[in-house]
Amino acid sequence: MAEHSTSYNPGTGVEKWLDERLPIIRFSKEHLMDFPTPKNLNYWWTFGAILTVMLAVQIVTGVVLAMHYAPNVALAFNSVEAIRRDVNGGRILQAVHSVGASMFFFAIYVHMFRGLYFGSYKAPREILWMLGCLIFLLLTATAFMGYVLPWGQMSFWGATVITNIFSAIPIVGDGIMQWLRGGFAVDNATLNRFFSLHYLLPFIIAAVVVLHTWALHVPGNNNPIGVEVKSSRDTVPFHPYYTMKDLYGVVLFLIPFAWFVFFAPDILGDASNYIMANSQVTPTHIVPEWYLRPFYAMLRAIDFNVLFIDSKLGGVIVMGGSLLVLFFLPWLDRSKVRSGTFRPMFKWFYWLFVLNFIGLTYLGAAPAEGIYVIIAKLCTLYYFLYFLVILPVLSRIETPRPLPASISESVLGAAH
Amino acid sequence: MIKTKSICAAFVMALALTGMGALPATAQEAGAETVIAKQAWTFGGLFGTYDKHQLQRGFQVFKEVCASCHSANLLTYRNLAEDGGPEFSDAQVKALAATYKISDRTVKGGTRPATPADHWPPPFATEQDGRDANGGSLPPDFSVIAKARGIEEPFPWWVLDYFTAYQEGGPDYIHALLTSFVEPAPAGVQLPPGKHFNKIFPGHAISMPPPLTDGLVMYTVGKGEQPVPMTVDQYSKDVSAFLMWLSEPHLIARKEAGFRVMLFLIVFAGLMYLVKRRLWSSVEGH
Repeated sequence: MAEHSTSYNPGTGVEKWLDERLPIIRFSKEHLMDFPTPKNLNYWWTFGAILTVMLAVQIVTGVVLAMHYAPNVALAFNSVEAIRRDVNGGRILQAVHSVGASMFFFAIYVHMFRGLYFGSYKAPREILWMLGCLIFLLLTATAFMGYVLPWGQMSFWGATVITNIFSAIPIVGDGIMQWLRGGFAVDNATLNRFFSLHYLLPFIIAAVVVLHTWALHVPGNNNPIGVEVKSSRDTVPFHPYYTMKDLYGVVLFLIPFAWFVFFAPDILGDASNYIMANSQVTPTHIVPEWYLRPFYAMLRAIDFNVLFIDSKLGGVIVMGGSLLVLFFLPWLDRSKVRSGTFRPMFKWFYWLFVLNFIGLTYLGAAPAEGIYVIIAKLCTLYYFLYFLVILPVLSRIETPRPLPASISESVLGAAH
Repeated sequence: MIKTKSICAAFVMALALTGMGALPATAQEAGAETVIAKQAWTFGGLFGTYDKHQLQRGFQVFKEVCASCHSANLLTYRNLAEDGGPEFSDAQVKALAATYKISDRTVKGGTRPATPADHWPPPFATEQDGRDANGGSLPPDFSVIAKARGIEEPFPWWVLDYFTAYQEGGPDYIHALLTSFVEPAPAGVQLPPGKHFNKIFPGHAISMPPPLTDGLVMYTVGKGEQPVPMTVDQYSKDVSAFLMWLSEPHLIARKEAGFRVMLFLIVFAGLMYLVKRRLWSSVEGH
């Protein structure tokens, strides 16, 4: 795949001159146009392009918002309101950015669950998968810090709860917490550094996206049947086939995005964040935005001590572990078959895992009492069982269905 | 295999049951017997717009009643003349502004009449003054209050809200709050001194005395217009609508832009689909 031939012939003298010094046009032609792509990719594969567009949308709207935003505890809340009220198109600009965060996470979850189902993390795509996990971690940090900036009640208390997590680390914990906050409590110093980092991280994400794409272009795309490309009959050039299909996917994705931006911009947020941050008044229920709730649910699920590990540290270990375990996935699932379509037992556990994750999202906002606590524990247990026990065991005991010989065979077979 | 399947099934059922259960406890949990009724707002739903007459009446209620204790720091006089709001005339706004005194240390005497560019003056100079005048409680600012309040709905219904774009929880809450005072407090209820009984307020003990009574605000009736009832219920509706506008002054412009964008996206997506299908028709197996 990597050694595909190039069809670029510099037409003019200027192009030839440039090509000998910086072959950027050759590079673009090879990687953005001619790149051989499996012809059987379904619409779940358009989310890569959708995520690229979302990153661009967030950076562009974010840069403009930063021109009007004031990172100071006395001014921040009203400066965001001033954007909504007095900046031309500000209401829409701000809504695109805040709804955009939710849409970004929706897309990245779809993208990750697609990878989980079709085994896109398996050799030779381990680095590709791990870079994706790194992007997800960076995105989580960026979104969390961005949520603090409007300086509403939930911004403030969310920042307090999350930075407080670090104090659970033995010995150095309190030091780390104060270092993150820039003081003993969440205050102006916290807001300033979060603003600075919130502006910085998206560009680091963009850099990792470049590496992610590079790591994709070495082995080439996985595909829904998980059988590697065998001949040029299995592929089509990326342009125009996938540029067109991806753009169509992007436009479809923009429809629900626009729905929320224009008709329900606040429905995904918390009403408490329209109250200015007040360190003297704790909201009744402190809940993160929906996209962080699965991990928040796992953090809270550990309400018991294990040996010398108290419940607080235990929760931090579990939440951190739930993210770290993703990095080891390529070595936990040893099944040779990539696509879940050909794995009869895997399918069951996979869909249960999806349900379980939705359940955790719900539980992240439920009160930590009664039946919710028990279910949260069971869901957390299943989350880890899936990665640490079920996938390793399945790869030993499962008999996969026979695979098609090639992509072309499966596509033509399906057409009849 | 059978065992794993039954375990799966148990999990799925457990999840389904949590989904069916009550939503996370809300501010309303203390008053389980009082359900907040949704009102029919002119600005609700996809096509809803503000009724400028209602906003004008709501402004009158705000100005004559609420504003004596509640600030609205983000409101400027000029906003009252802007499109999509109460739409008073420029002359009316100018005349209204001139009746207010603004403290301004740069002018002789320290105060001057307000201009349309000025912000609505707060009723109390400092937070402590506000607390002292109200038995220790600070009346909250009204600038975005309609979006800072809301109602919670049990499970299947909040999912529907994403599809109906229900964003009127704030005015529904404010209307319910204003119409849910019980004076004197029901028998057997012990209220702290200076508190009043409200059926929907979390904990039921609210510092604000019932602010509205029937006939408190005089609505003027224009020639050939139906008189609007001068009741607590009507005042509450009008002032809730006004507060929604105060929180979301560009609602109409936002929705109008939304229709144009959605129409464009749907047509564009349709064209993209046709092009995509035509392009791919030459690919083997498609």
